[in-house]
Amino acid sequence: MTSTNTKDPNAAVGLEGGTVIAVTRRARLAEFWYYFSQNRGAVIGLYVFLAIVAIALLAPLIAPHSPSLQNRGFFLLPPVWQEGGNWSFLLGTDAVGRDVLSRLIYGARFSLFIGVVVVSVAVSVGILVGLIAGYFRGAVDTVIMRVMDIILAFPSLLLALVLVAILGPGLVNAMIAIALVQQPHYVRLTRAAVMSEKGRDYVTAARVAGAGNIRLMFKTILPNCTAPLIVQAALSFSTAILDAAALGFLGMGAQPPTPEWGTMLAEAREFILRAWWVVTFPGLAILITVLAINLMGDGLRDALDPKLKRS
Amino acid sequence: MIPTFIGVSIVAFSFIRLLPGDPIMLLAGERGMSEERYQQLQALYGFDQPLFVQYFNYMTDLLQGDFGTSIVTKRPVLQEFLTLFPATIELSLCAIIVAIAVGVPLGVIAAVRRGSWLDQTVMGAALVGYSMPIFWWGLLLIIFFSGILGWTPVSGRISLLYFFPPVTGFMLIDSLLSGQAGAFKSALSHLILPTIVLATIPLAVIARQTRSAMLEVLGEDYVRTARSKGLPPRRVIGLHALRNALIPVVTTIGLQVGVLLAGAILTETIFSWPGIGKWMVDSVFKRDYAVVQGGLLLIAAIIMIVNLIVDVLYGLINPRIRH
Repeated sequence: MTSTNTKDPNAAVGLEGGTVIAVTRRARLAEFWYYFSQNRGAVIGLYVFLAIVAIALLAPLIAPHSPSLQNRGFFLLPPVWQEGGNWSFLLGTDAVGRDVLSRLIYGARFSLFIGVVVVSVAVSVGILVGLIAGYFRGAVDTVIMRVMDIILAFPSLLLALVLVAILGPGLVNAMIAIALVQQPHYVRLTRAAVMSEKGRDYVTAARVAGAGNIRLMFKTILPNCTAPLIVQAALSFSTAILDAAALGFLGMGAQPPTPEWGTMLAEAREFILRAWWVVTFPGLAILITVLAINLMGDGLRDALDPKLKRS
Repeated sequence: MIPTFIGVSIVAFSFIRLLPGDPIMLLAGERGMSEERYQQLQALYGFDQPLFVQYFNYMTDLLQGDFGTSIVTKRPVLQEFLTLFPATIELSLCAIIVAIAVGVPLGVIAAVRRGSWLDQTVMGAALVGYSMPIFWWGLLLIIFFSGILGWTPVSGRISLLYFFPPVTGFMLIDSLLSGQAGAFKSALSHLILPTIVLATIPLAVIARQTRSAMLEVLGEDYVRTARSKGLPPRRVIGLHALRNALIPVVTTIGLQVGVLLAGAILTETIFSWPGIGKWMVDSVFKRDYAVVQGGLLLIAAIIMIVNLIVDVLYGLINPRIRH
């Protein structure tokens, strides 16, 4: 990972106490930030992402209207800069008179929530399963990898769609389906990393010192496998948002009147030739969010993957 | 591959049994049936037998080409699939051709002019394409090209003015064979927007992959040798570098098949393109679960076969792993 890498951070505790860890952590963070900030796009992506997080957190304070308030007499109002626009509805209103801007602001909450939940579930389950497969190998490994192959044999969106059909349409079920579909990537990555680390000397040393399987798996090996997982997590954060929006668009994700961006697009579809703004802005919001996360993901990869550094 | 296929068949088999509600009602699509009729259907579908017997019968049917019968149209699922599949192939083939024809040259240019504004523009555009919610992208193109400019039709495969029996199932070829004036043009104009939409993500992925593969290859000794021999840059890049850079790109292209089929679900829905993607979505909504079950299996089988073909192709173009 880094030049200041201590393979087992616990070794340092025993020797010199907590301050050493603090120093190496800070040095590592500094090095990480150095490489990350070399990538201008990644820094821009980070700022945009932080802005979206702020918008999501402060939604009730900055949204000019309630996202579900239907303003009678203001149906399909165009954005303010177009003829017929109204200053109290900056990005116009939708077919039942709801403020598009306020719905977009609240929608940021859903998209980030989806990303966080999906990635947390996929990462934690994927790491656990991947660790087991890579550490124990043998029959367990074969069965696990076979199951992952089966999941990968379906187009992810189709499998998610069918899973939601089984579980019933809705945001929570959509998130479960997407997390399941993303599972194999984490399992494969973790397994590969564990297999390459397992034969290293420091693992043997820890085993000789009497560490049990659980300790070897989670304390010794896992911390040294995190770099590819972090990169994958960033990338699948954006995939999760895209897939959830696609499910919402197909009517299988968040249900109206939830101001989820994909669902907003689905509701707006019939007005595409009459009111461009109800279609354009929700999609733009998805694109900007996903783009920001992908820019960050590229930067993370550059900073964390030594093989690709400065390539 | 065979164990995976058996696993896939178990997934499809379990699907209908995992759905909330009675599978017989789901499969028969009937409500409020009499007890007698219920028993009759139960025997017909074999739900009165143990699960492993049911699965065995299911597999026997599959191997005989029986993928079930649609509840809505009462036609065999396989027959419906084969009728609609050419539309998806036509669209996907056009999309992947566009993605390769545009993506590879863009990736090469970006790598050769590394760090220039051209490189940054191309890679920026590729990242935007990669991040694109394609269902929205399709709607935007409809607004602009169909709504504002009026250049392209909004949906379908061909104008209703033209009618001819399907020969190959590919509208571009059939319209030419029909000999009707304007039919080909109509088919082509219907195809353009869906192709662009479906090609977007593969194009971006291919451009990015080509660039990084080219950058790696351009630093190799044999490229330097070729350059120092005084070969013209076009020859060095086109022959020595690109050929080697394309090896990982072919794998990437193979991996795009799943992406294409997932994208086809959205693209076909937006453009009312009568292919298997729209068919699956419609079936989920009509609760035509026999079709969903059969379609799931057929699509997974296709992806597995394509992956196998890609593996073989990979061996053919990469002399290092050819035996």
